[in-house]
Amino acid sequence: MLLEELSNAFGPSGHEDEVRRLLARALRDHVDNLQVDALGNLIAFKRGTGPEPRLKVMIDAHTDEVGLMITRIEKDGTLGFRVLGGIDDRLLMAKRVIVGKERLPGVILAPPIHLTKPEQRKQVVKREQLVIDIGATDREQAQKMVKIGEYAVFATRFDLLTDDGWRVVKGKAFDDRAGCAAAVALAEESYPVDLYFSFSTQEEVGLRGARVAAYRIAPDVAFALEGTICDDAPKKKDTSPTTEMGKGPAITVMDRTFIADRRLVRLLIDTAQAEGLPYQFKQPGVGGTDAGAIHLARSGVPSVTVAVPCRYIHAPVGLMSLQDFDNLVALMKAALRALPERFD
Amino acid sequence: MEIVPTLKRLSEAQGVSGYEQQVREIVTEIFGHHADRVRTDALGNVIALKRGDGPEPRPAVMLATHMDEIGLIVSDLEEGFIHFQTVGGHDARVLLGQEVVVHGRRDLMGVIGARPPHVLPPSEREKPIPAEKLLIDVGLPPDMLPDLVRVGDLVTLHSELTELKGGLVSGKALDNRVSVVAAALCLENLKGMRHRWDVLAVATVQEEIGHKGAAVGAFGLEPDIGIAIDVTFARQPGTPEEHTYELGKGPTIGCGPNFHPKLQEALMETADAHEIPYHLEPAARVAGTDAVDIQVAREGVPTALISIPLRNMHTPIETVAVRDIKRVGRLLAAFIAGLDDDFLDSLAWDLDLGPDE
Repeated sequence: MLLEELSNAFGPSGHEDEVRRLLARALRDHVDNLQVDALGNLIAFKRGTGPEPRLKVMIDAHTDEVGLMITRIEKDGTLGFRVLGGIDDRLLMAKRVIVGKERLPGVILAPPIHLTKPEQRKQVVKREQLVIDIGATDREQAQKMVKIGEYAVFATRFDLLTDDGWRVVKGKAFDDRAGCAAAVALAEESYPVDLYFSFSTQEEVGLRGARVAAYRIAPDVAFALEGTICDDAPKKKDTSPTTEMGKGPAITVMDRTFIADRRLVRLLIDTAQAEGLPYQFKQPGVGGTDAGAIHLARSGVPSVTVAVPCRYIHAPVGLMSLQDFDNLVALMKAALRALPERFD
Repeated sequence: MEIVPTLKRLSEAQGVSGYEQQVREIVTEIFGHHADRVRTDALGNVIALKRGDGPEPRPAVMLATHMDEIGLIVSDLEEGFIHFQTVGGHDARVLLGQEVVVHGRRDLMGVIGARPPHVLPPSEREKPIPAEKLLIDVGLPPDMLPDLVRVGDLVTLHSELTELKGGLVSGKALDNRVSVVAAALCLENLKGMRHRWDVLAVATVQEEIGHKGAAVGAFGLEPDIGIAIDVTFARQPGTPEEHTYELGKGPTIGCGPNFHPKLQEALMETADAHEIPYHLEPAARVAGTDAVDIQVAREGVPTALISIPLRNMHTPIETVAVRDIKRVGRLLAAFIAGLDDDFLDSLAWDLDLGPDE
């Protein structure tokens, strides 16, 4: 399953090669052209079947994931790091990671409860105080295995949790490998419009890949496919769940980075209703996606984001529903077929 | 015996204190390869007997390695999510974002969820979340969960044993499955050696909640000497040097009131004679291992403690050096092979009346 391979792949911002390779392999028989641009974006073109002039539609999904960067090697051979993208410090302790070019297994150390005082356990251990153990006994040995500036990601493995119910899978980096897998699924069919897929790098550090990809493609319309926040666990204070698992693809109306094009939002709603597909709106004002960069490309691009709700994004392990994923793919396929009539 | 694959099976097996069935089956099989007889007692301890060749009635040495692990237990269900309590000593900070297996009507993989930073005010990220506020998520719709999970179901942390560089392995429940492996190695080593004493290798239950298996095990077996094998704190950033020992530089031998000084010395002499590195680990308090209860079983048992240094104790990434496990297997076998018919007498305290007045 492509989603499994993508989730397991190593791809922190700026180092997305492994993800790009998987995508290029999955796409090559389904598209007319594959290119990689200066920032590492994989751009795939699939010619439309409708009469010319055809709409130029950009489908974006980002390839990078939150991760760590090795910034110092201690005397005792452990590795200090900085965080790439938004990771809560509280999630780092006692986690497994994969480190560097050699893909070395490592663990983020955690002191034993027996040797910590109760008041210490009320303090968050900050990222600066944490180190990765790869089994090196001293600095010299560690330097032979890892260089400063190499990356690390969580070592989580993809798996199916339940075959029944919502068909939920666990893994890392569903933000946004879910979007990548959905985009590949779209490429397996033909549409009346011309499709330009951008598998964009460096979303987590400021929507940087999508920005140059949108400039290059100069699309008429853009869809960003995402794995988005799903904060639907019970809470003391009755705050919005952002999105809810099992309730279908989530359409963004507005987030921190952009306001979605009303016509595209309408298209998605009408298509979902016509196809009998579930959908939901993402709580406005939260998070940001590549659409934030794409809609400002050149003289402006009507854009919308549609996403698979993913619980615990930016954590070592997240959950998503394959049912929601399938519904997102079905919705997007139908919307792309309907697009020329709705948008000229 | 291949150490890492054996340890992997043991580490990944489920065995929360009081519910050690799954790990018990594996231990029974592993001990069974090297012992004359294996049985289970009333509390669930696995007892393997390897007979010595001395004259009957033969003295016996008990090796105690606990096989239980810390875990979680389901305390409530809410809207498709699971509340839990902890079994054994957990630092709640370690639990956030971990993978677990809920042992319900079927085993369900899940995660201890963490709200993403996007929706959290910065002030909330400054405080650890206490265990009672954490939730387990197995990805089931709210209406399906009660059919599969009930209050009282056990939960183990999910962590695959991983090899690091430098001969280290990392995983869950290495406290104290590494010692189970060391005891099995001892039995295996003894196959090629002669020993006069009987060996009773006991994989004990319920150590993490007060070494209860060791107490009843030692009562039932009435050993002549007892050696508990457990883990100790390996040096790592953020721990005091005084209470920690370097990983991969040999086991520790305990000294203090819980341990018989002559037995301790005999172990040190054996280690020296076989060039097995070790450190002395002073323990002023009598606490924390099976040795506590073995020492005071029935009329009292001369007791010792050998410990394997381990990093990140009571987390899913407990880390040890494989060579330290091997060393304990060698040390135990060499010590047992050296036990002669007079050893017990050598442990006896002198009735010393002091000089005549």
